[in-house]
Amino acid sequence: MADKRQVVGLAKGLGVGLGVTLKTLGHTMKPKKLGGGANTVQYPHEKEAPPIRSRGVIALREDNCTSCMLCSRSCPDWCIYIEAHKTLAPPRRAGGAPRKVNIVDRFDIDYALCMYCGICVEVCPFDALFWSPEYEYSEPKIADLLHDKTKLGEWMETVPEAPELEAGADKKGKK
Amino acid sequence: MFAVDVPYWAQSLLRVLGGTVAVLLPAGTIVYLFLFKMMSFMQSRLGPMEAGPYGSMQLFAEVGKWLQKEDIQPVKADKRIFKMAPLIVLVSTFLLVAVVPFGPDAYFTNFDAGVFYMLAVSSISTLGILIAGWSSANKYSLLGGLRAAGQLIAYELPMVLAVLGVVIQAETMNMQGIVLRQNAGEIFGWNGLGNPYIITQFVGFVVFMIAVQAELTQAPFDMPIAESELVSGYMTEYSGFRFLIFFIAEFATAGVFALIASVLFLGGWGVPFSWFGWKSINDVDNWMNVAGPLIMFTKMLVLTFLMMWVRFSYPRFREDQLQRFAWKVLIPVALLNIMVTAVLKVAF
Repeated sequence: MADKRQVVGLAKGLGVGLGVTLKTLGHTMKPKKLGGGANTVQYPHEKEAPPIRSRGVIALREDNCTSCMLCSRSCPDWCIYIEAHKTLAPPRRAGGAPRKVNIVDRFDIDYALCMYCGICVEVCPFDALFWSPEYEYSEPKIADLLHDKTKLGEWMETVPEAPELEAGADKKGKK
Repeated sequence: MFAVDVPYWAQSLLRVLGGTVAVLLPAGTIVYLFLFKMMSFMQSRLGPMEAGPYGSMQLFAEVGKWLQKEDIQPVKADKRIFKMAPLIVLVSTFLLVAVVPFGPDAYFTNFDAGVFYMLAVSSISTLGILIAGWSSANKYSLLGGLRAAGQLIAYELPMVLAVLGVVIQAETMNMQGIVLRQNAGEIFGWNGLGNPYIITQFVGFVVFMIAVQAELTQAPFDMPIAESELVSGYMTEYSGFRFLIFFIAEFATAGVFALIASVLFLGGWGVPFSWFGWKSINDVDNWMNVAGPLIMFTKMLVLTFLMMWVRFSYPRFREDQLQRFAWKVLIPVALLNIMVTAVLKVAF
C-alpha cells in the first residue's frame, strides 16, 4: 500500500490536471477583446503571419542572375532548370568595350521535386535567390508545380526585409 | 393522474419515439457539446466551425460521411456475428433507458426490480464488444475485445456494490421509488432540499462514477481501444455504418449512465417535494411530466461534463494498474461503504 504522502501527492496531481484543462477551457471561451480566445487561427478566413525567415518558397530576382548555373549544379534534386544566351551590353564607361552579359531565357524550379534545403539560396554569389514566406501555391496537378521565372519574380515582392545584423557581424547580408 | 385514455398502440408508439429521443438526443448533445467543443476549448482550439453556426451541423456532416462509406468486412471474419456485434451494444443502451423515470408519469417501464434490471442489462454490451473482437479475425481486435471483457467485468462489481448503498438507504430497487424517497426525504428534520443521496452516499457516488467511466471505456480507462497499442481495439475492422453504431452506442450509453446516476444520487426528475407542499407521488402536479425530462437532461449534462472533463484531462492507465485499481481499491471501498451504510441504517 502506498504511504500517506504518496496518496496526497497523487490526489494533488489529479486536481492540478483537472485545473489545467479547466483553465484552458475558460481562456478559450473568453472573448478575444478580453485577451482570451484560442491559440489557433481559422485558416482560410484569417491567416497567421509566418515567422520571418520561414522557408515557404524560393523567389528569384532576375536582374541579379548571371546564369552561372551554380544553383542548378548544387541542387541535390536537380530541380532547377536554366537556359540563357549571351549578348552585348553597352560599356559602363564611355569609350570602353561593350560588356558580355548573360540573359536568362528560362529559370524554372520544379517544386514537386524541391526539398527546400536552401542550398541554392546559400550558394548564389549574386544575391538572386531568396527565401519567401509565401506558402499558398499548391496546384491540382503535380506538373503545374513547375514554376517559371515570371512566377518566381512575383514572389520577390513577398520577401521581407532582412533583419538587422548583430553588432560586429560581417556586412555581407543579403538584400 | 393521466386523465386521457391513450390506446395501447399509441402508447407503444410514444414509447418507441420517446426511447429513441432519450437515447439519441443525449448522444448528439454530448458529442457536439463536449467531444467537439469542450475538448477543443480545453486544447485551446475552436473545434468545428464551418458546418452551420459554430459548427452546430457538424454532427450531420459526420453521420453523412459515415453513411457514404463502403461496408468492409474482413475475408476471414465470422460475418453474421460480425454484423450483429454493434447492434447488440446499441440494444443494451435502449434496454437501459427503458428503466429510467423522467417524470411522475413519464417513464417507459416502472417495476420493482429496476436497479437489478439496470445492472443486468448494462453487462450485455460486454458480450457485444467481446464478439466484435472475436469475429473480426484480427489480433488487435481480439486483444481489444479481451481487454474490454476483463475491464468491464472488473468494473461491474464496484458499480453493483456502489448502487447497493443507495438501495439499502432507499429500501427499494424501484427507480421511481428511489426518486420519490430522495425528494420526499429530509436531512435531520430539514426538508428544504429533500435528501439527495449524493450527500449520504458520496463515497458510493464517486465509486459509481469511476466505475461508469471504466464501463464506458472512456479515458483514463480506454485500454480496450488504446490507439497507440491496438490500432482501435475491437473497433479496428469496423467502418462506415457499423462504426457509426458503435460510436452512437458509446456516447448514448454515457448519457444513459449519467441519467441513471442522476436518478440514484441526485434526486432524478424531482424537485424537493416540500417546495410545493407535496406529500407523496399522488400530489405531484402534471406539469412535472414536462419539467421532469428537462431537469433530468440538465443533470445528465452536468454529470457527462464531469465524465468528459476527466476523459480529456488524464492519460491512460496501464492494463495491470487498471485491474489493480478495480480489485484493490474500488471494491474494498465499495464494500466498506455498504457495511457503514447498513450499520447506520439499522442504527437510525
